[in-house]
Amino acid sequence: MSGTFAREQPSGRPEQGEQVIAFRSAGKVFPDGTEAVRDVSFTLRRGEFLSVVGPSGCGKSTLLRMASGLGPHTSGEVEAEAANIGFVFQDATLLPWRTVRKNVELLAELDGASKAERQRIAADAIRLVGLEGFEGHYPKALSGGMRMRTSVARALTMKPPLFLLDEPFGALDEITRGTLNEELQRLFVSERFAAIFITHSISEAVFLSTRVLVMSQRPGRIVESFDVPFGYPRSPELRFDPEFGRLSGEVSQALKAGYE
Amino acid sequence: MTELDHIGAALDVQSTAAAPPVPESRSRVARLAWKILPPVVFFVLFVAFLYLVSYVLLSPERQFLLPPPHEVVQNGLFDWPNLHEQLIALKDTTKVSLIGLLIAFVIGTALAILMSQAEWIERSLYPYAVIVQVTPILAIVPLIALWFGYDVQARVVVCVLISIFPIITNTLFGLLTVDKNLHDLFTLQGAGRLTRLWRLQLPHAIPDIFVGLRVSAGLSVIGAIVGEFFFRQGTPGLGRLLDVYRARLESDLLMSTLLFCCLLGIAVFLAVGVVGNRLTRKWFEQGERA
Repeated sequence: MSGTFAREQPSGRPEQGEQVIAFRSAGKVFPDGTEAVRDVSFTLRRGEFLSVVGPSGCGKSTLLRMASGLGPHTSGEVEAEAANIGFVFQDATLLPWRTVRKNVELLAELDGASKAERQRIAADAIRLVGLEGFEGHYPKALSGGMRMRTSVARALTMKPPLFLLDEPFGALDEITRGTLNEELQRLFVSERFAAIFITHSISEAVFLSTRVLVMSQRPGRIVESFDVPFGYPRSPELRFDPEFGRLSGEVSQALKAGYE
Repeated sequence: MTELDHIGAALDVQSTAAAPPVPESRSRVARLAWKILPPVVFFVLFVAFLYLVSYVLLSPERQFLLPPPHEVVQNGLFDWPNLHEQLIALKDTTKVSLIGLLIAFVIGTALAILMSQAEWIERSLYPYAVIVQVTPILAIVPLIALWFGYDVQARVVVCVLISIFPIITNTLFGLLTVDKNLHDLFTLQGAGRLTRLWRLQLPHAIPDIFVGLRVSAGLSVIGAIVGEFFFRQGTPGLGRLLDVYRARLESDLLMSTLLFCCLLGIAVFLAVGVVGNRLTRKWFEQGERA
């Protein structure tokens, strides 16, 4: 695992590494003329966790597709340095005809890894998300939270320097969501990737991130950027800290301003 | 009269419990009874109706139009020469319809895969698939006889023509309705066309392929019988027997052969369904996909 250093400074934040992606005045206009995203600029390094909040339909998902190259930008620049990207979708997006193990092996398999290699990689990833014992299960037999874990494990197998997460826990209940937030945070600390995390939940954004971007309504622009000062690992009780509350309040204010 | 009372009582029980689905708590036996009883009751009523027509409504000299059920069973199923003749025909028809179904499956799936690869291919081929589907099979039968003769191969061609369309459409539907996110996942990993087809689209289409196959299985049996019925030559299948018995006014045998036709259709339909369910049961919630 690449993130041994994080355990050396458990109360700090992951050391920031090389730049993985940079947006420079990037914008996106769809062929039908709809302008989804306008003039977005930010850079992201390894060890940074960037959350993006904004009103529905403001182009958050479009931003992720621009970052991944799935839906390229139409103006400005997007400089993507990451050799590969871990994409976690809103749904678990698993193949129903494959067991958990085979689902987790998928990306390595598409990459042409040998059988032994992908079994090793998959076993590691399954252990990281705590799904041992469920390797032989089909997605049908799993709960929503476990499906999402499988999806995260699959993304982990390629050890991507950049994770793109599109509201991954939106469909889960509050308790499961909280647990998965903590696990994602733990993975972030140990694997030291860079992440762009799309969410509707302000507390989720503040809890996980080193930085929170607030987007306006369509065309989506960045109206405000907040640095989150807390170190990692963060305990769930952090949510009741006055400082946490104050910061969440500010993000909320900026979000409301973006609606106008 | 007691028997009718009994049936009436049974029906009554059924109808009061009809609205909500059977609760889980009921025993296996009760659930099985709930499944089997209604069609059995209907069958009994239907047979009673046949007797009524045969003995009461038809005058004795016209009784040959609808022989009483026990005569059908006696002459058709318990008279060895007659039964033997029908069993040989059944074997022949089964062979023809299964070969036809297999060929329709291979060609239909191949065509659907081709169509899924490019819109221009789909647009070039699909209209002709529709034409094959809507042209009455009887209209093509003379042409098929002219081209392929009257034997097994000609009948197989009829089967293929009549059963290929559901396979094409259902397979194509399955190949083209893969979740967009899954496609994105494969794109991010740089997967090519073949990888995508083999590891994503085809497995996704398997339940749909079986839906198509199930419809086609029934159609293929019909195709085999219709082909035999109209060619009136070649090895005798069920269709040919139907024609022979009709000409001889042997309506009891006509009906028992009809029974074999139904049984063959049901057997093929069920067999395909069972194979399909076994294959996909682990993947989908009950009722989530066909």
